[in-house]
Amino acid sequence: MTKCINIDGVNVPFEEGQTIMQAAENAGVYIPHLCHHAGYAPHGSCKLCSVRVNGRVCTACTFPAAEGQSVINNSRELQADRRRLTQMLFVEGNHNCPSCEKSGDCRLQAVAYYLRMEDDHFPLFYPPRPLDSSHPDILIEHNRCIVCSLCVRASRDIDGKNVFAVSGRGAHKHLIVNSPSGRLGDSDISTDDAAAHICPTGAILIKGQAFHRPIGQRLYDLERIDGSPHAGEASHEA
Amino acid sequence: MQDFITKTVAAAEGQPQRLLEMLRAVQQAYGYVPPDAVEFLSAQLGLPRGEISAVVEFYGFLSSSPQGVYRIVFSDSITDRMLGNQALFRLLADLLQVQPGVVSSDGLVSLDFTSCTGLCEQGPAALVNGWPLPALTEDKIARIAGLVKQRIPLLDWPGYLFEVNDYIRQPGLLLQNPIAPGQALQAWRERGAAAVLEELEVSGLRGRGGAGFKTALKWRLCAEEAGPERVVVCNADEGEPGTFKDRVLLRLYADQVFEGMTLCAAIIGARQGFLYLRGEYLFLLEPLRQILRSRRELGLLGENISGFGFDFDIEIRLGAGAYICGEESALIESLEGKPGVPRNRPPYPVARGYLQRPTVVNNVETFLAAAAIGVYGGAWFAAAGAGRSSGTKILSISGDCARPGIYEYAFGVEMAEILRDCGTEDVLCVQVGGPSGTLIDSSELQRKLSYEDLASGGSLMVFNRGRDVLGIVQNFTHFFAHESCGFCTPCRVGSRLLQNQLDKIINGHGSAGDVAELTGIAHLLKNYSHCGLGQTAANPVLHALQRFPELYESRLKKISYEPGFDLDAALEVARRMARRDDPAAHLAQTEEEAHD
Amino acid sequence: MKPKVRVATTSLAGCFGCHMSFLDLDERLLALAEAVEFDRSPLTDIEHCGVCDIGLIEGGVCNSENVHVLREFRRQCKILVAVGACAINGGLPSMRNAIPLEDCLLEVYRDGVGLANAMIPSDVELPLLLDQVRPLHEIVKIDYFLPGCPPSADVFWSFLSALLEGREPELPYELLRFD
Ligand SMILES: Cc1cc2nc3c(=O)[nH]c(=O)nc-3n(C[C@H](O)[C@H](O)[C@H](O)COP(=O)(O)O)c2cc1C
Ligand code: SF4
Ligand code: SF4
Ligand code: FES
Repeated sequence: MTKCINIDGVNVPFEEGQTIMQAAENAGVYIPHLCHHAGYAPHGSCKLCSVRVNGRVCTACTFPAAEGQSVINNSRELQADRRRLTQMLFVEGNHNCPSCEKSGDCRLQAVAYYLRMEDDHFPLFYPPRPLDSSHPDILIEHNRCIVCSLCVRASRDIDGKNVFAVSGRGAHKHLIVNSPSGRLGDSDISTDDAAAHICPTGAILIKGQAFHRPIGQRLYDLERIDGSPHAGEASHEA
Repeated sequence: MQDFITKTVAAAEGQPQRLLEMLRAVQQAYGYVPPDAVEFLSAQLGLPRGEISAVVEFYGFLSSSPQGVYRIVFSDSITDRMLGNQALFRLLADLLQVQPGVVSSDGLVSLDFTSCTGLCEQGPAALVNGWPLPALTEDKIARIAGLVKQRIPLLDWPGYLFEVNDYIRQPGLLLQNPIAPGQALQAWRERGAAAVLEELEVSGLRGRGGAGFKTALKWRLCAEEAGPERVVVCNADEGEPGTFKDRVLLRLYADQVFEGMTLCAAIIGARQGFLYLRGEYLFLLEPLRQILRSRRELGLLGENISGFGFDFDIEIRLGAGAYICGEESALIESLEGKPGVPRNRPPYPVARGYLQRPTVVNNVETFLAAAAIGVYGGAWFAAAGAGRSSGTKILSISGDCARPGIYEYAFGVEMAEILRDCGTEDVLCVQVGGPSGTLIDSSELQRKLSYEDLASGGSLMVFNRGRDVLGIVQNFTHFFAHESCGFCTPCRVGSRLLQNQLDKIINGHGSAGDVAELTGIAHLLKNYSHCGLGQTAANPVLHALQRFPELYESRLKKISYEPGFDLDAALEVARRMARRDDPAAHLAQTEEEAHD
Repeated sequence: MKPKVRVATTSLAGCFGCHMSFLDLDERLLALAEAVEFDRSPLTDIEHCGVCDIGLIEGGVCNSENVHVLREFRRQCKILVAVGACAINGGLPSMRNAIPLEDCLLEVYRDGVGLANAMIPSDVELPLLLDQVRPLHEIVKIDYFLPGCPPSADVFWSFLSALLEGREPELPYELLRFD
């Protein structure tokens, strides 16, 4: 017999060893996430995938699924709090969507839309952060980094290169490049690397690709991040 | 430099897990960790540079830019403040002509603040190149300034400056009944592991580091894990402001603490043990190593302990200025030579800890108690205490009291009794368990010390009427924001938002909605943070709000909204550059003020 | 006849793009004109905002005059709306926040190429720059936000028609855009 967890009243099968997120993804149930990516080692840092498991808040991307779990994913409270967490990510960096090449294809932005984020709510930090354009083909725009560490994991676990690391403590947490000068141009990253493509935001970009697809044709112009089509009245709030 | 690195790596047996120790050595020798050192370490250890830099930039006592030959940091715990650390800091800055946080132009000295150094009963305290300077006075500051200016090597500074005292004011069951080296192991040998574990069970001993997990259960779970290698770790990070009892225990009862660790190893079948000592306790390192050596000589550590055919040894690893490393999984990361970022759980350390091996992490006092229980039995211990909080608890008491120091109480004791004993009058409030614990006011003194009522990892700070509660809350809130490891969103961003929002209110820029906003941020921290740090970081704000709401309200303006930053100050640069000071070159902070 | 709803609009540190987008309402403007009358706005010649039902503000706050105008709007408008990216998060003008104001001024008025008579302007008539560009919600209380750079005409329509009909405005998913 297949084992099941229950997410918002729906039975979702899982295999031993899977996380709640994996089970949900397999079943086509969307749980908001940013630092999680299928096939990558779980990280559990953005906290967007927070769900209530038998009443307790857990991160779906790290918490093992277990028979009989009752998971609340889509509640008013969780959506509102996830919106606040997303706003935290926005105010912490400099996310100027109109001038960002990733706009329309950005997972941070798309999650914000999904969570109906209309403003930043908090005072903005406006941190002074650098741009690293030293590499001929790849750009790091630190203003948009949400330290999700996906690029770190991609480079380490998939590309076998360790091009990136997350450094600093607390507010000073930031992405660093593993090269003698600390610049991307002196690292051995290449455009074939998973790390060059995995960034959920516009922090790591392939040069020369900007604004290729017109507004209206971009990924999240065509579908929502939860997979539901744009048009129609697909409601998403419980 | 390459030679130095080679030697340093050799001294650490080339183990990448001991990276922190190597980096401490580099910092000590060069005053910072130069980029070259990172290169050489990377080459010799086979670690990516980025991972080494990440460690340097994580720990407060390491730096990637040069520091002064004399690096002096003042403890900024609230009790140090109450004893006047700010004035002494300014005095030293004046005498040495340095700016806080900036290295003096001759490279001689850098001066800054650091989190609680664990010398709260003899503050104000500071550290110079890692060595403690307790009970600072104006005279001592003058003396220190002179020594620095004359570039006298630390070794030649007068000893009285470094004298740390231990004030055991009220010993109880544990402190009055120390065991002799080897006694607990003897008991284990005679009665067997199962019987000792049973005694531990009977004793009801729960973790003394804060969370209160049953010790016998933790040891049993670890023993039941598969895998050949098990590890025992003693948590001596003691970073919770106001806690200093582990410091005293390691000064006066270290042998028994090590015996407790060895007993644990014998029971769970571990060969490897660590004492994770906070960097601030550098001065304890050599004496502790000496005790380890003497235990080895006595056959109480090393191979074939006491002829019982079991091998176990203990290594001391130093932290480097990061409160979060007291959290057990962050501590394990740190032991592995990485930044102290808490792990995801499950798996718990008992299943996968140090190098993925089943690991028991216990507090210093827990091991101390376990050793005594091994000798005197579980009933002896359980006779003290109340309900599910059995035995005694050792407290570090500081703040407004006549006799700050170490007190041991049976659980269930009322706050009022503790306050009588340590000599208080006119108490306004008490912070039990440090900033992450509970703030109580003077109407709650009948409450009891226990896991069920008022839990404490060992910190108890007393505040008299006349103390500024919001100032205390502000100190604690800034502490958490400073110590957040930055891994998770709610704590990395939220602790800073909370700090700014509180500052806004305290600085008189708050209005009606600002307290609601404060509690909203607190809610996110508490419910969504990855570890205990973020989950408790809003406690001071919330507890004070429950008990002293009028203090917040008194700072609020009766208007709908006010900016959180100083509007007029935001024009300062433009004013200066345009050489203007006319009325139109200024802004009122609020609309209402503009019309006054 | 129902009394008309009074609306004021202005642009602070913005580019008038949001206003242009508002004009994209095209023939719907006529329908709007039935229910709405304009107070201070680029569409009228009113200099100071009178008592209004709705104030729409595009642009962030970059200087002292912006602060005064914003406060006037807050004082006079029952409902104050931050319109567009710049009003909501500072937008493009806030990209100067990464550069110290002193450096900005020196570069523009003293050290930049091709400057004759280089000097920092000093005139009591000129508003002074804030050290950082700020979003509206950091200066006054804001009731609603209309994101977008600019928000599309449909966004204005959806929002205003809800308010006019006495409904709580809620942007449909399709209209929520940051660019
Ligand atoms: C932020 C944080 C800091 C902590 N600091 C310490 C500490 O300094 N010492 C300690 O023993 N436990 C500390 N703990 C608790 C440990 O995680 C762990 O529960 C404890 O070491 C287990 O030992 P015990 O069962 O003997 O108490 C801390 C926990 C958190 C979340
Ligand atoms: S650069 Fe992108 S992928 Fe890497 S940590 Fe930052 S946001 Fe994540
Ligand atoms: S709660 Fe704070 S200290 Fe704990 S993991 Fe998150 S950021 Fe780090
Ligand atoms: S997706 Fe689970 S914490 Fe980020």
